[in-house]
Amino acid sequence: MPKLSFPIGPQHPALKEPENLRFTVDGELVVDADIRIGYVHRSIERSCSERNYVQDLYLCERVCGICSNAHTLAYSMAIEKLADVEVPERAQYIRMMMHEFERIHSHMLWLGVAAHEIGFETLFMYAWRDREIIQDILEMVSGNRGHYAMTTLGGVRYDITDEMAGKIREGLATLRQRAEHYADIATTEATFLKRTVGVGVVSGDRCQQLGACGPVVRASGKDYDVRAYFPYLKYDNVEWEVRTSELCDVLGRTIVRVQEVIDACDISIQCLDLMPEGGEIQAKFPRKVPEGEVTSRVEAQRGELIYYVRSDGSDVPERVKIRTPTLANLPASIEMVIGGQIADIPIAFASIDPCFSCTDRMVVLDDISTGDRRTMSWAELVKLGKRK
Amino acid sequence: MEVLRPLFHVLVFPGFLFLVAFGLLASWVDRKLIAKFQNRVGPPITQPLADLIKLLAKEDIIPQHANRAMFAWAPLVGFAGVIASAVYIPMWSPTAVNFFNGDLIVVIYLLTLPAFALFLGGWYSSNPFATIGATRVLSQLFGYEVPFFLACLGPAVAAGSWSITEITRMQADGLWLIGAAPLSFVVAMIALIGKLERVPFDIPQAKTEIVTGPEVEYTGRRLALWKLTFLTETIVGSALIAALFLGGPHFWGIPFDQMGPWLGGLVGMVVLAVKILLIVFFLSLVQAAMARIRIEQMVEWSLLWLGIPALANIGVIVFITRQMGA
Repeated sequence: MPKLSFPIGPQHPALKEPENLRFTVDGELVVDADIRIGYVHRSIERSCSERNYVQDLYLCERVCGICSNAHTLAYSMAIEKLADVEVPERAQYIRMMMHEFERIHSHMLWLGVAAHEIGFETLFMYAWRDREIIQDILEMVSGNRGHYAMTTLGGVRYDITDEMAGKIREGLATLRQRAEHYADIATTEATFLKRTVGVGVVSGDRCQQLGACGPVVRASGKDYDVRAYFPYLKYDNVEWEVRTSELCDVLGRTIVRVQEVIDACDISIQCLDLMPEGGEIQAKFPRKVPEGEVTSRVEAQRGELIYYVRSDGSDVPERVKIRTPTLANLPASIEMVIGGQIADIPIAFASIDPCFSCTDRMVVLDDISTGDRRTMSWAELVKLGKRK
Repeated sequence: MEVLRPLFHVLVFPGFLFLVAFGLLASWVDRKLIAKFQNRVGPPITQPLADLIKLLAKEDIIPQHANRAMFAWAPLVGFAGVIASAVYIPMWSPTAVNFFNGDLIVVIYLLTLPAFALFLGGWYSSNPFATIGATRVLSQLFGYEVPFFLACLGPAVAAGSWSITEITRMQADGLWLIGAAPLSFVVAMIALIGKLERVPFDIPQAKTEIVTGPEVEYTGRRLALWKLTFLTETIVGSALIAALFLGGPHFWGIPFDQMGPWLGGLVGMVVLAVKILLIVFFLSLVQAAMARIRIEQMVEWSLLWLGIPALANIGVIVFITRQMGA
């Protein structure tokens, strides 16, 4: 059979977001792969420089539907550092809980998607059913199931009452049990193992060379986790450990994620225990932020999320730059599929938990050979946007 | 009237109309069962019929670069193969509508037609997903077809006949051939999953990998024909396994001799329907419990773990019949 080149995307049932992957296959073997992103560029960074700091909070939340809280958290941490505002302790614990709740719901969502990619519909249904527990908790705490709008500059918007705390403990206990059950399934079910062991292999060193982060790099034996390396919020005060796996394949990533769900349950319960009773949950925040520049990073569920903010002393940021974890993981994902089978493409790609819509940025490069600096006019941008 | 008789058998019973109606019912049972296993509500009983009507009403598109004749005729050939094979399978009494010594081979051949038709239809669709799916159909065919044939050979050797009717009649005294060929039975059931392209062998269709593979370019009534092909193949394949291993319409304690042809036929049909639905239950259970494996894993696994047990079972049967004969 001759070498065949075929596309996956921009529309394909395996991927819910528009991006284009082009594969060259020899029979069932993938010999080359290439990725094109940029189908959902929304100009978020530019829009940030046109709105004030509070408005940007809501804009950043909408970078991603799944890690919305991680985005507001990283953004708020950056601005708070600039404005030198101390967040009340209780608010920090609540932020941390929301951070972990989001990790739980995202990893459970991923488990379902991964199962769907390999045709294991029952695990998909069960994982998403159990994800409802954490969705209900999120709704109870913040009033929303998606964009929680929980984090605000200088604190959080809603307090956690004793009644809520009881329900959270109850829900997390059930969820923890279910997660342990899934950890068991992932390591024992024969067909699941057939599709995940030795699939999408990238070594730990190669991962770091390619700048991968999050569960991808942790599943390759490296213990890089922002929560441990550069502790923020109150991660120093709770007991937890970075979960790693030496397997370097999809199974390793599954184990790491399911284990992180279990850990997130434990961390949240510890937060409830350690939280100071009563007190402020929101510090007063100035409208204008002093001049300066700052970066902040958090360990979002997909990996390290970096925010860079530069302020010129007004109430509008001069520049906001967002580096989402998917962008960091994409080079590694290409290595995962090359040399593998066609059948493994969806699961290998899904194993980095990609979120392409969050990743799309536009860069205009200067021409190195001629030294010409390029800028694009508005008319050119509109034309580019309409290009097929 | 005698002229119309074969036509009635092909078009109404046990052919087209009956197979489609029972196929839709079995498909509902299958979907409802899987829904229950997956903690969902599942569709209402009219859903498979509604789906079929919807597809029939949709626009029928043939891709510009596809081979028109191949693309258009492939689903009809596959469907016709399944319908034709139904007349050789006992549906209400141990005697089928039509039988001769060797009809087992004909049925196995006819049941292979859908796979070949699917390959041709996919190959001539001029779509990379369909092309990959089509090659997977053929690779998978080598995986399950040999074990399926060997498994059907078990009862044939035990009964000493190549006729499904003869094999079923032999079981009418209550000795089901599952007793003589238990391994062949298991192999046949698993090979049937491969034949019907269901989880864990839904590799040629693989929705998340190659977007339903060979069927990807099919729309409207031609897609409906593919759906019908696999619905009816579920029934015919299950009925074949029931006839070869589970005594066909026979069940202990039911006095078929005293009931007359009409009542006896009706009861026999109900008994067979229950057996078919039990096989469907098994298919649903497997579908709910497993993930899809890869094509090379499937071929390797099935030749080893289906082919060898089926051969071993035939060996045992040959040995025993020789001993008994001597």
